[in-house]
Amino acid sequence: MKKIFRNLAFGLILLFLYAPILVLIVYSFNDSKIMGPWAGFTLKWYVMLFQDRYILQALYYTLIIAVVATTVSTIVGTISALGIYRMRSKLKRPYLLLNNIPVLVPDIVMGITLMSLFIFAGMKMGLTTIIIAHITFCIPYVILAVLPRFNRLPENIFEAALDLGATPRQAFWKVLFPEILPGVTSGALIAFTLSIDDFVISFFTAGNGVSNLSITIYSMAKAGINPKINALSTIMFGCIMVLLILINIRSEKGIKHIQ
Amino acid sequence: MKSFKEYIAYPYGLWMLIFIAVPLLVVVWFSFLSNPDFKAGVYTFTLDNYQEFMDPVYLELLYRSFLYAVIATVICFIIAYPLGNLIISLPGHRQNLMIVLMIIPMWVNFLLRTYAWMVLLSGSGLISQFLGMLGFQDVSLLYTQSAVILGMVYNFFPYMLLPIYTSLKKIDPDLLRAATDLGANHFQMFVKIKLPLSLPGIVSGSMMVFMPAVSTFVISNLLGGGKYMLVGNLIEQQFLTLNNWNFGSAISMVLMTIIFLVLGIARLITGKELDTGGQLL
Amino acid sequence: MKKILLILLLLCLPFLAGGCGSDDRAELTVYNWGDYMDPEVIAQFEEEYNCRVNYETFTSNEDMYVKVKNSSDTYDVLVPSDYMIERLISEDMLQPITKDNIPNLANLDAAAQDLAFDPGNQYSVPYFYGVLGIVYNTTQVTDPVDSWNILWNDKYASKILMYDSIRDSMGSSLKRLGFSMNETNEANINAARDALIVQKPLVMAYVTDNVKSLMASGDAAMAVVYSGDAAIIMSETDNLDFAVPKEGSNAFYDNFVIPKNAQNPELAEQFINFMLTPEIAAKNIEYVGYSSPNTPALALLDASWSANAGFNISKEDLARSEIFKDLPSDVMDIYNRAWTEINVSK
Repeated sequence: MKKIFRNLAFGLILLFLYAPILVLIVYSFNDSKIMGPWAGFTLKWYVMLFQDRYILQALYYTLIIAVVATTVSTIVGTISALGIYRMRSKLKRPYLLLNNIPVLVPDIVMGITLMSLFIFAGMKMGLTTIIIAHITFCIPYVILAVLPRFNRLPENIFEAALDLGATPRQAFWKVLFPEILPGVTSGALIAFTLSIDDFVISFFTAGNGVSNLSITIYSMAKAGINPKINALSTIMFGCIMVLLILINIRSEKGIKHIQ
Repeated sequence: MKSFKEYIAYPYGLWMLIFIAVPLLVVVWFSFLSNPDFKAGVYTFTLDNYQEFMDPVYLELLYRSFLYAVIATVICFIIAYPLGNLIISLPGHRQNLMIVLMIIPMWVNFLLRTYAWMVLLSGSGLISQFLGMLGFQDVSLLYTQSAVILGMVYNFFPYMLLPIYTSLKKIDPDLLRAATDLGANHFQMFVKIKLPLSLPGIVSGSMMVFMPAVSTFVISNLLGGGKYMLVGNLIEQQFLTLNNWNFGSAISMVLMTIIFLVLGIARLITGKELDTGGQLL
Repeated sequence: MKKILLILLLLCLPFLAGGCGSDDRAELTVYNWGDYMDPEVIAQFEEEYNCRVNYETFTSNEDMYVKVKNSSDTYDVLVPSDYMIERLISEDMLQPITKDNIPNLANLDAAAQDLAFDPGNQYSVPYFYGVLGIVYNTTQVTDPVDSWNILWNDKYASKILMYDSIRDSMGSSLKRLGFSMNETNEANINAARDALIVQKPLVMAYVTDNVKSLMASGDAAMAVVYSGDAAIIMSETDNLDFAVPKEGSNAFYDNFVIPKNAQNPELAEQFINFMLTPEIAAKNIEYVGYSSPNTPALALLDASWSANAGFNISKEDLARSEIFKDLPSDVMDIYNRAWTEINVSK
């Protein structure tokens, strides 16, 4: 009984979360430029998608920005979290306060101010500026995810490993790192999600032919979202789902193996 | 951990000074200027921008934004808290899968998801047709307050779920078992143990939902049909359409000050720094 | 979880490696409205002129202005509308067009040239034009649609879509009261504001984007739209018609301009000239749906286009309409204030 209730609850919440995605998938096969009544099945948006260099280029930039921003912010964020954890000085509070600001400031303010800064510094808008901006708003979330992990570590875990004969490298990778890994992965996951979804900050810091999917989609708004974008989302969503299923099958097998 | 020194955090400190502190100071500075002409080097210091905001028209907007954000936060909590408990009751690897399933929709572009909601909510959309079958005729949910709040709940829900799930997961099951052994009933166990121990997760989840909700302009624009302007729309309008960066900066400063005040209160409740859920996954 | 991230990274790798590296072809940076040019046509230009086009898009004239004015980016070709061209000229941000380099100017209808915002077309070359009007569902709307008054008819409560732009919404209200689209008198502007506040309970939404699907599905009975959007909606859906109110409306012209700091003005002129070739212009019309001043291109179109009221705008409708002027900032403040009050009203 309890199980039925539980599955029902999961089913409802997943329906809520996935309903709009199903709509996108359905409309990617609709033979009309308008997201209105059904006008017949077609694959033409998929064909047109692969002919549209600008959408593919936006996809390429979206991914490159997300991957670079996630990698850099995860590494820098983790190292900085370790430093913050060791901070005993009065510096710690202002440091954390400053770190929380991008979380608190409305996106549009971050975007405008970063743009002003880049102009003031005479930087040309492009891939570099947009990546800097993404790193800036991603690191705080990584730190917020990793820091609590350090805070819960036994005080001298690293030194204990050294005393027991581990090299510093071993002590870090074999003892310390596995302890903070869940925080690091969730930080990276949040960073990736934020980067791939950001429109406002990207809009102000992009330029010179570099634009991501959000900017492309937003600028289409006046003319109506082109179904090519629905087709692209369907493909991306499909890839993620296939991956997830593959990984899940593997881990289920792994568990049976252990049992 | 003495082998690590605090100075490894300094490079990012410098980064923050350049890319966070300086821009922020620029906003503060802008908010105190009136119609500056930087090329001519002319600008006057003024409080006008703040005074202008004290107009009832704008205060009403601020009130509305807070009201919507609070309602969205409460709804997210009401769904996420029991859901977090249900996820905890799953076997370990299933928990991870369920959490990932809840995050994946966020990898489909935010604007696209919102456009899809517009299709679902419109008068000829699925939801209205379903309501029609139940006997409610001609209900269009699109462009109503409910649609705006639904958009907030939908887009920010995972930010509530993750910290709550993390804080619930941290609770030692032995503690709950001990409480039962000592004769606590379900209600006592919830009020005396579960709720206090998961409070940090609840507070940080609430902040993570409240903050983007209170400053959003895309959701109110798309799902509210421009009829339910929020303070985020006002800021966007000042910066983008009206080119009045000084007033825009002043509004941002007011909004940020209030957010910091709310955050201060949240810290008083939990006595802890903001925590997005380090134990996740 | 770690594995998912790793595999994602691996998936991204081919993209990272296969990304377009820099090549030594000439570069042209174009900043245009979203979905306002057929991507095929751009590719064709790149091929014929052996260059690379950086193509960026914007959502509104104001968005474009903020970026062009403040950013350190340089653009070679922009496509702003009339009043924005006027502002760009007055701020000395554009360079004059060398007409000898654009022989295809001969294809353009004289009616779209030499307008007040750019006398003698010194700085701009017409691309598309249109007029603000009302697209309506002929099965739902039984009254004649010939006046802005229909938007205040409570028979159509919650079925009316307004255009989410200060100048356009205020403009239709001003016109209805017999004032100008470019009204500068505060009392008249406030009268238009009050009329819009009275109208607000009848309005389904103020939108720019979702009009097409709401009209197609019949959720909305009428919508204030630009003619080209009406043309696309009407080409996809039956039972729709488009009308320009008799009080007059807003006519707009989206023209090509070359900013003063353009890196490659010669190529920019070649680009503009290429877009004015009849075959190319016809392709763009079929993609975009807005009215084109390119007379030879019109002859190449399918017959259904000339029957489309949103595409084929009558001379009378155009003559009755006003083009926006770039209003001084103190007048814009009155408009902005009025718009906020409309927004906040219940």
